Amino acid sequence: MNNPYLPYPVRIDSVITETEDRNLKTFKFIFLNPEDEEKFKYTAGQFAMLSVAGQGEIPIGIASSPTEKGFIKFTVNKVGRVTTFMHNMKAGDIMGVRGPCGNWYPWDILEGKNLVIIGGGFAFTTLRSSIVYMLNPENRSKYGKIDVVYGARHPGLLLYRDELAAWEARDDINMHITVDGTTDPNWKYNVGFVPAITKQKAPSAENSYAIICGPPVMIKFTLPVLTELGFPPERIISSLEMRMKCGIGICGRCNLGTEYVCKDGPVFTLEKLSKLPNEY
Amino acid sequence: MSEMFIAKGDFPAIIERLMSRYRVYAPVKNGRYYDFAALKEAGAADLGFKNTRVSPKGVLYPQAERMFEYSLAKDDPEVNIVKETPKDFSPQVILGIRPCDAKGFKLDDANFCSDKFKDPWWAQRREATTLIGLACNTPSSTCFCTTVNTGPFDTTGLDAMLVDTGDGYALQVLTEKGKNVLGIVDLKPAPAQVAGKIEELKAGAEKSIPTAFDPAAIAQKETLEIFNAPFWDEIHFGCLNCGTCTFLCPTCWCFDIQDEVQEGTKGDRLRLWDSCMFSLFTFHGSGHNPRSQKVQRVRQRFMHKLKYYQDKYGTGTACVGCGRCVQACPVNIDIRQVGRILGSGCSCPA
Ligand SMILES: Cc1cc2nc3c(=O)[nH]c(=O)nc-3n(C[C@H](O)[C@H](O)[C@H](O)COP(=O)(O)OP(=O)(O)OC[C@H]3O[C@@H](n4cnc5c(N)ncnc54)[C@H](O)[C@@H]3O)c2cc1C
Ligand code: SF4
Ligand code: SF4
Ligand code: FES
Repeated sequence: MNNPYLPYPVRIDSVITETEDRNLKTFKFIFLNPEDEEKFKYTAGQFAMLSVAGQGEIPIGIASSPTEKGFIKFTVNKVGRVTTFMHNMKAGDIMGVRGPCGNWYPWDILEGKNLVIIGGGFAFTTLRSSIVYMLNPENRSKYGKIDVVYGARHPGLLLYRDELAAWEARDDINMHITVDGTTDPNWKYNVGFVPAITKQKAPSAENSYAIICGPPVMIKFTLPVLTELGFPPERIISSLEMRMKCGIGICGRCNLGTEYVCKDGPVFTLEKLSKLPNEY
Repeated sequence: MSEMFIAKGDFPAIIERLMSRYRVYAPVKNGRYYDFAALKEAGAADLGFKNTRVSPKGVLYPQAERMFEYSLAKDDPEVNIVKETPKDFSPQVILGIRPCDAKGFKLDDANFCSDKFKDPWWAQRREATTLIGLACNTPSSTCFCTTVNTGPFDTTGLDAMLVDTGDGYALQVLTEKGKNVLGIVDLKPAPAQVAGKIEELKAGAEKSIPTAFDPAAIAQKETLEIFNAPFWDEIHFGCLNCGTCTFLCPTCWCFDIQDEVQEGTKGDRLRLWDSCMFSLFTFHGSGHNPRSQKVQRVRQRFMHKLKYYQDKYGTGTACVGCGRCVQACPVNIDIRQVGRILGSGCSCPA
C-alpha cells in the first residue's frame, strides 16, 4: 500500500542565505531516487512536508516552479525546532520531502486573466513559484498583464533579490517592489507599506484576479484597497497558514469548519473564506 | 443471516477456539473499569460490562504508534533515511464490542480513508479485524445512541452480534468476514423461542433510552450562525481542557507526529493521540494561535462532532452516543445538553 506519510529521501544541493538577518535560507534539494521527482509532480501554490530525521516535519511552500526541472527549492524562516535545525544543515546532508500537499492557485481559471500578485515578508515563496511559472515562455501568453507588489521591512529582507532585479528589467511584468523604510541613498524602488503602494499603483480590476500572501496585518489593510479597486471577493485569492502535522487531511488539526487547510487549502478565495469559521 | 446459539457454559471453549486462530480482544476488568485487552486466557474476557472506559479505537489506532524508523549514525550509508517499520497486521477479533463503538469505526473510516489518501495502518488493521459485537440489554443512563442514528441492537458496524439471552448468547452472523471467522467454531442453531426473546430485549433496551436532541435541526442551521452564537460562553465555562472527553471518544481521531531519538543514533517517528482541547494543538511556531482561547477549543470539539462532520459527509453526527464523555467529564459538561442548545439556538434549561 502506498504510504502517504513516508517522505522521499533528498540530498541538500545548496543552502543560500537570503536575508541580511540570516533568518531566511533557501534550500535546493535533489531527489536521491530520480523516479521520485516524477512522483512529486506539483503545481505552483502547493506546499510540501519537509522531514528531518530526529527533529520532525514542517509544512513549507514550494518556492521552485514546476517549470524548473531537476531540483526543488524551499525558503525556510528560522522559527523553532525543525527550522532552526535545518538552518544548521549543509550541502550534502540527507533529509526528506513528502507531498506535494494541498491545492494550488487556480491556473485554469486564471488563464486569459490579468494578475495582481501581492506579497509581504517571507510569504513570497509560492508567489515566486507562480511568477517563474507564468514567465516561462510556454506559459506567458496564457496570462494577461502581471503586476507584482512585493514589500519587506527594509531592502535586506527582500527574498530572491537577483531575480527581482531581473524581473524589473523585463517588460512583460510590472514590478512594484517596496520597503517600509531604508537608509540606503541608492534605493531605486518604492518606499511605503504594501497597502499604500497597492493603492498608489492602482492595478485595474478589469478581467483581473488578485493573489495576496503575507502577514495578517498586511492582508487586513490591503483587502479594503482591493475592494476599492473593484475586486470582488471571488477574485481575491489567498493562501493560509495553520499548524500542520499530517498534511493530508487526517490528523485533524488544521480545520476551518469542514475544510482542512492542508488538503482542501491552503489556497482559498475570500468568498470561500467568508463562509467558513474565522479561525486562522 | 443465520441465528445460532451458544450456551454460557460453552462460551469459554468458543473463545479459546477463536484464540487458536486469531488475536482476540475482549473487555477485561481492570480495577473499577473495563478495558479492551488482547486475551491471554479465555477466562479473562468478561462480558458482564456496561461499556469499557476507553473506546476500542486503540485496537485499530494505538495511542502511541511507531510510524517509521531511521538511523542517525554518521557512518551508516542510509543515515537520515526514514523507513517503514515492520508491523503486525495478522487477523484479529474484537469480541464484545458495543454496537455504538462499531458504528464509530465506520465514522472514523471516512476520515482515515478518503478518496485521495488512505491511512495505511488504519486500513490494514481495519481489514484484519472482525467485530463480534454484544448488544446492550441494559443501556446506561448516559447512553443516547438512538438519538444519533445507531442503537443498542444496531448491527450496521458489526460482522456478527451476540445477544445475551440469560442462559446463553444468541449469535447473528452478519457479514462474510463474520462467517469466515465463526466458521471455525462449532455452533448450534438457536432454539425457536430465541428470536422472540431478542425482539423483546431490543424493544426494552430502545425504550429505555430517551431522545437527547435533534441532529437534523443542527444540520439545518447555518454554520456561522451557531459558530458565532453567544451560548458558547456558557457551554465552555467550566471546561478544564483536560482532554478526557476526546481521549475516551470512539470518533476522536486526532494525532500528533513526533520524532524520538534513542541512544543518539537511532530514532523513531511516532504518532500519538492528540486533542483539540489542548492549546498547543493549533499553536504556530510564530506564537500566533488561532484557538488560543478555551472557548474556541470547546466550540471546535462540539462543532466538529455535531455540525462539521454532518455537513462534510451528510451521514449524521460524528457522535455515536456512547456517553463516555458525559460520564467522565470532571465538570459535568454534557454533550446531550450542548446538542439541545445547538439545535434550538437557546441555552435556556431544556
Ligand atoms: C501551507 C504552509 C506553508 C508554509 N510555508 C512556509 C515557507 O515557505 N517558509 C517558511 O519559513 N515557513 C512556512 N510555513 C510555516 C512553517 O511551517 C513553520 O514556521 C514551521 O512549521 C515551524 O516549525 P518549527 O519546528 O521550526 O517550529 P516549532 O515552533 O518548534 O514547531 C513545532 C511543530 O509545530 C508545527 N508548526 C509550528 N508552527 C507552524 C506553522 N506556522 N505552520 C504549520 N505548522 C507549524 C510543525 O509541525 C513544527 O514542526 C508554512 C506553513 C504552512 C501551513
Ligand atoms: S472532559 Fe470535560 S473538562 Fe475535560 S476537556 Fe472535555 S469537556 Fe472539558
Ligand atoms: S473533537 Fe477535537 S480531538 Fe475529536 S476528532 Fe474532532 S478535532 Fe479531533
Ligand atoms: S495537517 Fe493533518 S489534517 Fe491538516
